[in-house]
Amino acid sequence: MSNHAARSKEKFVPEPERFEFRAAPIHKFELARRDFFHLLGAGIAIFASSKNASGAQELAPQSKSFHKEDLPEDISAWLHIGEDGVVTGFTGKAEIGQNIRTSLAQTIADELHVLFESVRMVTADTTLSPFDAGTFGSRSTPTMTPQFRRVAAAARQLLVAEAAKQWNVAPTGLVVTDAKITDPASGRSARYAELAKGKTLSQVLPAEDHTTPAAQWTIAGKEIAKVNARTFVTGAHQYTPDLRPPGMLYGKVLRPPSFGATIASYDDGAAKTHSGAVIVRDGDFIGAAAPTVAEAQEALNAIKVTWKEVPQISNRELFSYLKKNGVPGSAKHNPIKEGSLEDGYSHAAHRLDAAYTVEYIAHAPLEPRAALAQWGEGKLTVWTGTQRPFAVRDELAAVVHLPESSVRVIVPDMGSAYGGKHTSDAALEATRLARASGHPVKLVWTREEEFTWAYFRPAGLIEVKSAIDVDGKLTAWEFDNYHAGMSGIDTPYVVANQRIEYHAVPLLLRSGSYRGLAATANHFARETHIDALARVAQIDPLAFRLKNLSDIRMRAVLEAAAKSFGWPGRKSQKGRGFGLAIGNEKGSYVATCAEIAVDQQSGAVKVVRIVEAFECGAIINPDGLRNQVVGAIIQGLGGALFEVIQFENGKITNPHFANYRVPRFRDVPEIEAILIDRKDLASAGAGETPIMAIAPAIGNAIFDATSVRLNTLPLAPKGVKA
Amino acid sequence: MPKLMELEVNGKRYPVKYPPDTPLLYVLRDELGLTGTKYGCGEGQCGACTVLLGGAPRRSCQIPVAAAAGRSITTIEGLEKNGQLHPVQQAFLDAGAFQCAYCTSGMIMSSVGLLKTNPNPSRADIVQGLQGNICRCGTHPRIIDAVLNAAKVSKEQAR
Repeated sequence: MSNHAARSKEKFVPEPERFEFRAAPIHKFELARRDFFHLLGAGIAIFASSKNASGAQELAPQSKSFHKEDLPEDISAWLHIGEDGVVTGFTGKAEIGQNIRTSLAQTIADELHVLFESVRMVTADTTLSPFDAGTFGSRSTPTMTPQFRRVAAAARQLLVAEAAKQWNVAPTGLVVTDAKITDPASGRSARYAELAKGKTLSQVLPAEDHTTPAAQWTIAGKEIAKVNARTFVTGAHQYTPDLRPPGMLYGKVLRPPSFGATIASYDDGAAKTHSGAVIVRDGDFIGAAAPTVAEAQEALNAIKVTWKEVPQISNRELFSYLKKNGVPGSAKHNPIKEGSLEDGYSHAAHRLDAAYTVEYIAHAPLEPRAALAQWGEGKLTVWTGTQRPFAVRDELAAVVHLPESSVRVIVPDMGSAYGGKHTSDAALEATRLARASGHPVKLVWTREEEFTWAYFRPAGLIEVKSAIDVDGKLTAWEFDNYHAGMSGIDTPYVVANQRIEYHAVPLLLRSGSYRGLAATANHFARETHIDALARVAQIDPLAFRLKNLSDIRMRAVLEAAAKSFGWPGRKSQKGRGFGLAIGNEKGSYVATCAEIAVDQQSGAVKVVRIVEAFECGAIINPDGLRNQVVGAIIQGLGGALFEVIQFENGKITNPHFANYRVPRFRDVPEIEAILIDRKDLASAGAGETPIMAIAPAIGNAIFDATSVRLNTLPLAPKGVKA
Repeated sequence: MPKLMELEVNGKRYPVKYPPDTPLLYVLRDELGLTGTKYGCGEGQCGACTVLLGGAPRRSCQIPVAAAAGRSITTIEGLEKNGQLHPVQQAFLDAGAFQCAYCTSGMIMSSVGLLKTNPNPSRADIVQGLQGNICRCGTHPRIIDAVLNAAKVSKEQAR
């Protein structure tokens, strides 16, 4: 069995967030079952335990330095049906704009046979929700959907059994529609609410269950509008920065002048005398809390502090630094080696080597990092926009020396994250200030702090060596990735002789997850290189790819996109070009076709049209999915064309939207998203894969227009000259 | 030094005491509790804090509170009338023109301002009018559709 086959047989493990800050152990689920009913009122509850839930828990990648904790042993999802008929689903996942609050409710309503409107979701609250590793890796749909489906099926069966018992009939003949159980033989009926009345019935998910196949879904699979949408168009929804409990103070942090700077001298005498602010110094953390942001800032301004700074490199030396400092990455399948490269090169009709570079970029979610920390009766409650509420809880508990059960983290539906909100920074800062001041403290990062002190998508250098035979079939493939990461590093193309290797590099700027992680970098290098090989072979890029692909799902999206795009396209004007690229990650498939126009005078690149086909198994909400796919395409334009973090000597030199360009209305092309619904396949996540092929598709189109091959991301921040 | 001023927001008058150069955004959010107006950058670059000042869309993070005193200010909370959403709010709702929705208040206020001066905008007019508003989730096509639809509905209602 080849390495590749061995890899694909293993259980899917989300990509290790290699640069993630390590979370302390997470083991306990502290809410006892009796507390559960106390909290929610009587009714019927179904619990899925990780021992028998299919698809079960988020797995911690084993050989990587991410979570050290064991698999959570306890309950992973649950559902409550109240005496009022209200159904509540509980999940540790957070709503970050990916529409999980709606799509999970659809799944529950569908399987439980209740109206969609009667289901509400409690998300990302460490006291109310079951443990969850985090909202990342496109895992919300593939892990939570099957669990809720099983939980809902079990709840329905429990209610049917209850009705059968009351009526003294066999459960098999009973019919369930719209939260009502009917006995067709006698005409009797009972609503779920009536059956739940006065009960505190709970059950752990049975080993056997009968969930509904996608072809028979009635509520899932349909376009249903975002559940709480009205609160967003009226401004009523409160994100973390909008919370204002009585007595609240505003927190501010005095940031060092550069990364790695340490305090050389410190004097807060004047600040303490002249301001009413509470000032905290704890190690290299300096912060203030006051009744207004301005007063907190004034107090910080009055502190006399000098810093010891350390010299650091800039963008100019970045890629030579990466090349020089790479060490073999310690991941499980690294390097990937198959066949014999010597054989591969000996059969080569053409060889092509090239290097690709990817700059650091920022997530820049519009809601900056923020937290509100409140102490009461020895307990700490923190509201914060994070993708990992349980990890934040544990980090806070460790810092304030409280048991985890005394810390509660709540995540209000978030102003998004894109992989950028895995850490606890704002929560820790607000907590320190709240503890010192004895007041609730809210701390909202400024845009400059967000661009500077958050973390970035890692930069990377990727070197590719390759060969094709006379028929244009790949015979050798070498792929060396420095620093960018391993997500999407495997090639989907059939090539018998390959070596794919990841080289770790000591961290330069604080780096972490991004939408699609390293897949954006790896797909850019691979798909640009494949395009260049097609040109060498003088074969159309679509035909070249099809010649080298065997994966049916991959071919299907490619063919769908190409057909709708009208590949190879006809150039209506000078300076127009067409490009395509493909990718697969995390159980979903994407193909992107791009048409671009290069301004003949300025060299500015305008993306004119994008056609993207995407397939992620059975679609749960086509409307929400389309929003995600189109959104990923537009977000991807930035990383493709112009986004770059500029840094020098430990400072970010473009920490503002004025000089860190993100896609705006004028940049948005005509977009067609083709969604392929595979009801025969399990639903995969869709938050990440749709962004992966956009940059290489645009780069390949630029080559088509200008014959200039761009091997750098961003491709053309200042335009391209033929 | 804090100065006593009067703000007229959504038809109501509020006395406020603030240093006159405080950005209007902070007074709206922190003093009046009108948190529908969002902080996105504080630099006038993202449009999340857009309000109507004398009917025109303005970045409230760039307006000193003293400059807004005595003028009519409308925030996102002031658009709904008697439980009836403004046509632009309704159009955003109908189009599902949001993902995380953090930019939505600013998008709606900018669009309301745009339609006041240009009740019949082309696509290009909308792109131009909303160029200063950032949506990081990439919902731009739906936002454009929503504004076009709001214009259409407003015209029909006016007829």
